[in-house]
Amino acid sequence: MGKYVIRRLLQMIPVVLGTTFIIYAMVFALPGDPTAGKCGDRGCPPAVVAEIREQYNLDDPVPVAYVKYLGKLATGDLGENTYGIPVTQDLAQRYAITGKLALMAIAIEAVIGILAGVLAAIRKGSFLDSLILVSTLVVISVPVFVIGVLAQFYFGVRLGWFPVTVTSRNPSMYQLLMPAIVLASLSMAYVTRLTRTNLAENLRADYVRTAKAKGLTQRRAIGLHALRNSMIPVVTFMGYDFGALLGGAIVTERIFNIQGIGGYIFQSINHRDGFAVVGAVTALVIVYLIVNLVVDLLYGVLDPRISHD
Amino acid sequence: MRAKTRAAVVASLSATALLTACGGGGGGDAGGGGSTGGGQGAGGGEIVARGCQPQNPLIGGDTGESCGHDIVELFTSTLYKYDPDTAEPKADIAESIETTDNTNFTVKIKPGYKFQDGTEVKAKNFVDAWNYTAYAPNAQYLSYFMEPIAGFADLQSEDPDGDGPQKGPKPKAAKMSGLKVVDDHTFTIKTTTPVSNLPVRLGYTAFAPQPDAFFKDPKTFADKPIGAGPYQVVSYEKGRQAVLQKFSGYSGQFGGKVDKITFRIYQDIEAAYNDLLAGNLDVADELPASALVAKKFQSDLPDRWAQKAYPAIQTIMFAPDKVSPDYANPKIRQAISMSIDRQKIINDQFDGARQPATGWGAPGTQGYAEGLCGEFCTYNPTKAKQLLAEAGGFKGKLTISYNADAAHKDWVTATCNSIRTALGVDCVAAPVTDFATFRDQIGGGKLKGMFRSGWIADYPHIENFLTPQYSTGGSSNDNKYSNPAFDKKLVEAGTLEGEASLKAYQDAEKMLATGMPSIPMWYYTAQIGWSEKMNNVKVNVASGRPDLLSATVK
Amino acid sequence: MTDTPQQSVTATAGIEPGEPSTDVAPAREAAAPARSLTSDAWRQLRRKPAFWFSVVLIALFVAMAAFPGLFTSIDPRQVFDVRQEPSAEHWFGTDGQGYDIYSRTIHGARASILVGILTTVATTLIGGAVGILAAYFGGWLDTIVSRITDVFFAIPVLLGGILFMSAFPSDQSTPYLSVVLKVVAALTILGWPSLARLMRGSVLQVLPNDYIQAARALGASPWRIITKHVLPNSLAPILVVSTINLGVFIVAEATLSFLGIGLVPPAVSWGVAINEGLTFLRTFPHIPLFPSLFLSLGVLAFIMLGDAARDAFDPKSR
Repeated sequence: MGKYVIRRLLQMIPVVLGTTFIIYAMVFALPGDPTAGKCGDRGCPPAVVAEIREQYNLDDPVPVAYVKYLGKLATGDLGENTYGIPVTQDLAQRYAITGKLALMAIAIEAVIGILAGVLAAIRKGSFLDSLILVSTLVVISVPVFVIGVLAQFYFGVRLGWFPVTVTSRNPSMYQLLMPAIVLASLSMAYVTRLTRTNLAENLRADYVRTAKAKGLTQRRAIGLHALRNSMIPVVTFMGYDFGALLGGAIVTERIFNIQGIGGYIFQSINHRDGFAVVGAVTALVIVYLIVNLVVDLLYGVLDPRISHD
Repeated sequence: MRAKTRAAVVASLSATALLTACGGGGGGDAGGGGSTGGGQGAGGGEIVARGCQPQNPLIGGDTGESCGHDIVELFTSTLYKYDPDTAEPKADIAESIETTDNTNFTVKIKPGYKFQDGTEVKAKNFVDAWNYTAYAPNAQYLSYFMEPIAGFADLQSEDPDGDGPQKGPKPKAAKMSGLKVVDDHTFTIKTTTPVSNLPVRLGYTAFAPQPDAFFKDPKTFADKPIGAGPYQVVSYEKGRQAVLQKFSGYSGQFGGKVDKITFRIYQDIEAAYNDLLAGNLDVADELPASALVAKKFQSDLPDRWAQKAYPAIQTIMFAPDKVSPDYANPKIRQAISMSIDRQKIINDQFDGARQPATGWGAPGTQGYAEGLCGEFCTYNPTKAKQLLAEAGGFKGKLTISYNADAAHKDWVTATCNSIRTALGVDCVAAPVTDFATFRDQIGGGKLKGMFRSGWIADYPHIENFLTPQYSTGGSSNDNKYSNPAFDKKLVEAGTLEGEASLKAYQDAEKMLATGMPSIPMWYYTAQIGWSEKMNNVKVNVASGRPDLLSATVK
Repeated sequence: MTDTPQQSVTATAGIEPGEPSTDVAPAREAAAPARSLTSDAWRQLRRKPAFWFSVVLIALFVAMAAFPGLFTSIDPRQVFDVRQEPSAEHWFGTDGQGYDIYSRTIHGARASILVGILTTVATTLIGGAVGILAAYFGGWLDTIVSRITDVFFAIPVLLGGILFMSAFPSDQSTPYLSVVLKVVAALTILGWPSLARLMRGSVLQVLPNDYIQAARALGASPWRIITKHVLPNSLAPILVVSTINLGVFIVAEATLSFLGIGLVPPAVSWGVAINEGLTFLRTFPHIPLFPSLFLSLGVLAFIMLGDAARDAFDPKSR
């Protein structure tokens, strides 16, 4: 187990290095360079163009520029973005906010999603099951944008229950609650359906029948027994969803004016802001690597028959 | 210039911005409340205005886009200030500017103006600042504003390989020969060619003076910049907010009313608008597209909105003849222009909040005259078909490209529908992912057919709409339009005075109708909104932005 | 509002839920060789109203996609007065351009159904296969596959999308089907890794079971073990996620199209129609409502079909 974890951690080094190169090459392969959009329809004065190209080492071949980037990276310098803000500073601030938001969203989708899934599985075919199916359908087919805008307008502007936008650098849980619910809505549908299906299937499995036969008749005992066994796909899903919530919450961030990572990556791609994209995405890869390690370890906990050595 | 830069920001930062910026109600002042009145409100109070992330350091010569310019405009003063109601340049720091030949100017400045560090504004503060801006190694975005000044070329690096922006050698000189300090309150300007509209240009913040402290360390200066304006920057947190406070030592006549202005940075105007509705924001400089539909904002914000035309134009540009020879025949271009029902598109897509364009200049600028495009900018499907037939028809599909990261899709589609219906030639609105790709394709001659374009005046003068976009080799001449007669007329206009000069510019503008490098679509209108605690909020007609200097708190 | 990639980053996709192919044999049905799993399943399916409901809906959508002319005679690009409420003349009203929303929705079925189904099938096949192989063989193969998925997860949709489409650009002269296939390919590249991980997880859980050990001990080939024993018992999660993904892909197509890296204009699809309608959410809600409704019904049909089919094929249920 300990060896397994160490091996996985060591694997991260080449993976992260490889990723920085792939993303670096991708960003600088995009059409247009950081100067193309910066000065509007006019185009930038030559001196400005020269300065920006120098800043991003655009006049060097990509491998050379990449090595220069790595050299700075080794000293902890991720470069500056097009606004002249150090990327490290931006990432620290934004990952703090987005991380909090993503954790809240994951918690919400886990609690509500699993609960709804369990109810639907136990009462399979009932009215409650259909009701849960219809609700999940609504969230699946209504774009996040619509849910976000409507929630913001009715609960924020009209009723005043929640703040309309997030203005603080260090927002409280209350300020992030509405965005977190909006963000969790789509994933909640996945969690509910996954839980329902797996649990319903496991409730029919032999070991549950055995357990019943042995006298473990209480629904709770069966539920927990079977539930634990049904959680592997759910945990897998939530693992990659966590990363997706960090990097892909662009719509929600924009609606609630949250200075998060999703919007940062999106904006930086639009600006061809290479250093910002590489920095942010590399951080995201590290998150995925760690989360998926945790998920793999959880497999062993949830189903002791799965071992890692 | 502000035009482009602003467009860029709009395009890439806030997806909806340009769209919204384009709302505009048929010219004229359609102000909501009585707030556009006298402006004698009580002073004091604090307000929160919508801001967006400035792209560059807050330095006059480096900040052209509106996010930064809104802030720079408050803490700096310039020789002239544009009147918020008429856009006319009024003397601010300038005592007088004299010239006999539009080439040699003597500038006298008023004594007593102070920077926010207590030092006095002197002639050398102007000269040094302009030299700094022009000097290529400083890489200032607005350096081209200094181009007319004699000696500008010596401050540029020569391009070593002729095309690439390679790092050039050090420029020949660090100071422009055309600028001379005479005494503390006098300096002279010499231009390379006659410039008839210099005072109009000098009102732009690119020409703001810089305190001595600036030159010691421009980099850290910009974190908490100072100027000679009515407000001073208290704090500037990138990505979050900029806080400005009334400058007690301000001695000019363009002071503000409220004590404290906070620009809160939003990524999205939709979010800002909702904060405005909830009373968390006091001034919104733009309204989102969803609020413009069916004039929804007018019921959302009863008596708390204003709408006014400002000098900006939307055009549809033709790709250069070499790139798209199919479109080279002026008759085809004229036919397309005449098949666009501008008023209907404005009604359907902007709820009337635009003004159909009748030429290439925009109202609110010196020298603007209506109807210079003539019949070619008037909807006339019969004549359009006839012209198309004369030109031998058009094979294939017409395309109008736009950058998809701003809200252009709807009006471009509607324009295509109008052309398709009137001419019977299919027309398609083609999205290009983002502004950087869009510009890259235009610059590289890869974008075919037609594409959207826009221009916001840097300074309110007709010349600003003509020279950069349509003169041979002009800095933003995306059509690569070249008409020697037109070029000659522009030069002639620069040498003339007053009405004669403006008349010559108008004659030049008229010439564009024969070659049709672009199709004028409409003039922009600014729509702004404010909270219940505000009074006297109005649109500054020179910039299309809220005039925060005259705003008061109830 | 311009749009940004929806959260479809989470998207993964699914197999076509309706037909776990015929050789999906139950793990332990050897005792009853007379009745194959397939005929068993069919017997069970026939009795379910939900199954028939979804089949009829899907048939309707497929008909719409194939022959839109059967349902409407209005050209989806014909322009009427803008933003009309639903009426006898325009059943669903008209949109911001004055297009007939009913006609647009019918004509939009083709692109949406094609993109939705093809992407779902492709991601499920690729993700499922990769996931099974990684879990079954483990070791370095698992390590490499898992690390590749970790990297793939992190690549932003916008970045991948722009690069893919600038490498394989579409223009007005590109045939419709190849444009659609490019969109499918782009979405598949971004969508397969999450399904691979999901599949890997459920296979890992199936492998320690006695019947697998027994099959191994008996010397069955990996292919046989995977297809006869592993697959039928690990299919449920990937089917669930895939059916939901179908809707997500339909919406994601709109995001790509909006940015000019999807369908070539003037193509119509449900996603594009919803996207265009969002501006009118507060003023003319019928504009985004109808295409959203069709999308919902489409997803509903596939989810129900998937549910019913899975219940019928589930070896544990016997």
